[in-house]
Amino acid sequence: MTQASETNAYNFAYLDEQTKRMIRRAILKGVAVPGYQVPFASREMPMPYGWGTGGVQVTAACLVPEDRLKVIDQGADDTTNAVSIRKFFQRTAGVAVTEATGEATVIQTRHRIPETPLTEGQILVYQVPIPEPLRFLEPRETETRKMHELEEYGLMHVKLYEDIARHGEIATSYAYPVKVEGRYVMDPSPIPKFDNPKLGDNAAIQLFGAGREQRIYAVPPYTQVVSLDFDDHPFVASKAPHDCDLCGAKGSYLDEVITDDAGSRMYVCSDTDFCTGRREAGHVGRLGVAMAGGVA
Amino acid sequence: MYVAVKGGERAIDNAHAWLAEERRGDTAVAELTLPQIREQLKLAVNRVMAEGSLFDPDLAALAIKQARGDLIEAIFLIRAYRTTLPRLGTSLPVDTADMAVDRRISATFKDLPGGQVLGPTFDYTHRLLDFALAAEGEAPVAAKAPATLGPVPHVTAFLNRDGLIEDAPRDDTQPADLTRTPLELPADRPLRLQAITRGDEGFILSMAYSTQRGYGRTHAFVGELRIGRVAVEMEIPELGFAVEIGEVELTECETVNQFKGSKTEPPQFTRGYGLVFGQTERKAIAMSLVDRALRWKELGEDHIGAPAQDEEFVLYHCDNIQATGFLEHIKLPHYVDFQSELELVRRLRAEAMTMQEAAE
Amino acid sequence: MTSDALTGGFAKAPQQSARAFRGLLEVMARPGTIHLLEGAAPPAPLSVAAGVALLTLADGTTPLHLTGAADCAAVRDWVTFHIGAPLVAAEDADFALGRWQDLQPLHRFRIGQPDYPDRSATLIVEVDRLEAAGARLTGPGIKDAAHLSLPEVAAFRANRALFPLGFDVLLTCGAQVAGLPRSTIVEDV
Repeated sequence: MTQASETNAYNFAYLDEQTKRMIRRAILKGVAVPGYQVPFASREMPMPYGWGTGGVQVTAACLVPEDRLKVIDQGADDTTNAVSIRKFFQRTAGVAVTEATGEATVIQTRHRIPETPLTEGQILVYQVPIPEPLRFLEPRETETRKMHELEEYGLMHVKLYEDIARHGEIATSYAYPVKVEGRYVMDPSPIPKFDNPKLGDNAAIQLFGAGREQRIYAVPPYTQVVSLDFDDHPFVASKAPHDCDLCGAKGSYLDEVITDDAGSRMYVCSDTDFCTGRREAGHVGRLGVAMAGGVA
Repeated sequence: MYVAVKGGERAIDNAHAWLAEERRGDTAVAELTLPQIREQLKLAVNRVMAEGSLFDPDLAALAIKQARGDLIEAIFLIRAYRTTLPRLGTSLPVDTADMAVDRRISATFKDLPGGQVLGPTFDYTHRLLDFALAAEGEAPVAAKAPATLGPVPHVTAFLNRDGLIEDAPRDDTQPADLTRTPLELPADRPLRLQAITRGDEGFILSMAYSTQRGYGRTHAFVGELRIGRVAVEMEIPELGFAVEIGEVELTECETVNQFKGSKTEPPQFTRGYGLVFGQTERKAIAMSLVDRALRWKELGEDHIGAPAQDEEFVLYHCDNIQATGFLEHIKLPHYVDFQSELELVRRLRAEAMTMQEAAE
Repeated sequence: MTSDALTGGFAKAPQQSARAFRGLLEVMARPGTIHLLEGAAPPAPLSVAAGVALLTLADGTTPLHLTGAADCAAVRDWVTFHIGAPLVAAEDADFALGRWQDLQPLHRFRIGQPDYPDRSATLIVEVDRLEAAGARLTGPGIKDAAHLSLPEVAAFRANRALFPLGFDVLLTCGAQVAGLPRSTIVEDV
C-alpha cells in the first residue's frame, strides 16, 4: 500500500466524524468546568494505550488543515514516541510540522511544558496516564468521584503533610497536584513540578487527554492554577542546581547525562528547541561550542 | 562533545524493517498462509476474535501472522481495525437454543434431551506429545454419525420449569455499548458481560479460579456447555422483516450455582452466564463463574471482599489491550520525571546527612 | 420534507467541521471573543453560526430542543437530514436552540449532576447583535476583563452561582459566535 492511498483510506486526522464530535463535546465541557475530568468514549487507537492515545485523540479532534503541529516527549522533538506521533498526523492529517515552539499552533506533549512562553492561538495537548490526582490515595473511581463532588480533598493534604513530617518537604517531584480556580484538584500529568507555575495564567489553551482512563480535562487561558502547599511549606519549583552545559541557560529544566564510565555528568536543557534556539543566538554553555550560523 | 541522540525516525524505520524480516523467519521454510492459520490454529483465531470483539476468522488469521503469533498483539490489531468500521446496523439477539451444536455437555444430568455430545475436545486426550504430528501429510478422518435433527433445549429451561432455578426473563432493553460510552459504575449485567467476554482469557480464568478456591465461592456446576453455530439475523427496515446475514460460532456456558435463598428469594439455584465467539470453552466457563461472582449484590449475598466480587476491580483490569499498553509504556523515556526524583532524593539525603552530622 | 432540507450542510465535513470547532473552542475558552463560523447554509431563521455549531457538535446521540421561530418545519427537516439529532423537550436536551426569550424559563435545562457536571445542556442563543461591549466578564479564559453584549445579566449570574453545575451558552448572530461557559462571572457595567 502506498502512503498516498493509506492517507485516503482514513478520514482527515484519522478519527471518524462522529468520534470527533463526541471528543469535541467533551473538550468544550472540560473548558467550561476547568480541572474537572469529563468521561469520554475513548476509541481504540492504532497505538498502545499508555503511549499517548488520549493526547492523540484530543489533537485529532482539534487539528485543522492549516495547523503547524509540534510533538514533544520529555521536552524533545526527536524522542522516538514523539517522532512516531508526529508522523502519524503527517500521514493522516497532512498537517505541517515544526520543532519551533513559537511557530506551532498545536503542541502535543508528554511530561513537559515548553520553556518558551506560549501565546494566544496556541493549544497545548497533554498526554495523561492517570488523570485522577487522588488515585494513589484511593484506587476506587467510585470513591474519588465522590471526593471531587464533595470537594473532599483532606486526604490529599494529609498525604502531603505526612511527607513533610517524614522528609521535611513534600516528596512529590512530578505530577504534583494543583487546584484549578479554587475548585477541582487536578493532575497536571507527569510534568516535573518545575513546570507547574506555567499551568496557571497561561495564554494558551491547555487540554489533557487520558485515553485508557477515558477522561478529558482542560485549563482555559488565564486560569488560576495553584500547586497544593502549606503556608509554612510553600511550593517550590525545583530543578537541578546547574546551568545548561550547552547553551548556558540558567532557568531551564535540565536533563542529567552521564558522559563516561567515571560517572562524569553534564546538564543539558530538556527542551531541545529552546536549547537549540539559544545556541543559534550565540549562547554558549560550559561544555558547548559556539555555533557558526546554524545547527550542526 | 555531547550531541543529543537524533534520527529517531530512521531508527523506527529500521526497527520496522528488521521486524518484518524476523516475522518471515528463515526463507528456506515455506511461508505461512492465512488459510493455514485459520484452519490449523483455529483456537488461536478464536481467541483473537473473542477478545478482539470481531467475528472474522480471515482477519484474525492475518492479525496472528502479522503479530508473529503474539495473540495479545493480534487482538490489538483487530481492535484498532474494528474501531474504524462503520456501524451499518444491529443484529437481532442470536438464539442459542437454535444452535447447531458440535459439542454439548451437561455436568448436572447424566443424560438429557438432545444428548451429551463430546465434540472435538481435548478433554480426554492424554497429554502426550504426538510425534506423528511432526511428520507432514496427515489428514485424519473421523467417523461420521448422521446429524441429529431436532431441538437441543437448554438444561436451565428444565430446571426453570420446576422453579428450581432463578427465572431469567427475556429483556429487550437496549444494552449499553462498552465501546461507545465510557464505562460508568455501577455497571449493569449486560455491560459486565460485554467487558468479560472481551476480557483477557488469563485474567478471567484466574478470577474464576479464585472463586473456586474460596475467594467469593459460588458452588458452580456446569449446567451446560454448548459450542456450535447460530444464525445472525438483522431487521431490514426496507423489507419489513429479518433476514439471515450470516453465521457465527459461539461457546455458551450456563452454570447452575448453589443459593440458599434470602429474605426476598426462596431457595433456588442461580445462574452464571458465559458467551464467547468461537470454540473458546475455557473462557466461557470462566466467564460464567466471574459473572456469577459479580452478581452478589443483586442476589443479596455478602460481599466478602473477594477480588472476583469487585466489579470495579474486574472491569477496570480485565482488558488486556489496556493492560499491556499501560504496562509496557513504562519502557518509554521517563527521564524528565526520573531527573526530578533524582534531585529530590539527593536533597533529602543531604538534609538527612546534615542532621546526622549535627547529632553526632 | 422541504427540498431545502437536503442542502446547506458541510461540503467537506472533516475540514469544515474542524475549522468550526476551533472557532467554538476559542470562544468557549476565551469568553468575550467573537469568531466567525462558516461553511453551511442552514434554512431561515437559523443563523449561519447556529447551523454550523449544530453541524459541528450535534448528531444522533445528542437530543436537541428547538424553540420559537427555530422550531419550524424547515429547520426540523434540515436537522433531521443533516444532523439526525432527536428533537426533544427542554428538560432532555443536550443542545437547545432559539432566541433568548423563547428559551425561557431556563430552569428547565439540564445543569449536570454534582458527580457529573458535564451532563448539562449547551444553549445556542440567536441574538440580533453580538459585539465585545456591554456586560463585564471575568473568570477562566479572560485576562483581566472582557465585555460582551448579552441579552441579560441576572440569568448568567444565577447560572454562575450553580458552579460547577450550570448550562453553557453559545451566542450566535449571522456568522458570528461567542461563548459564555458557566465559569464566567458576569456583571453589569
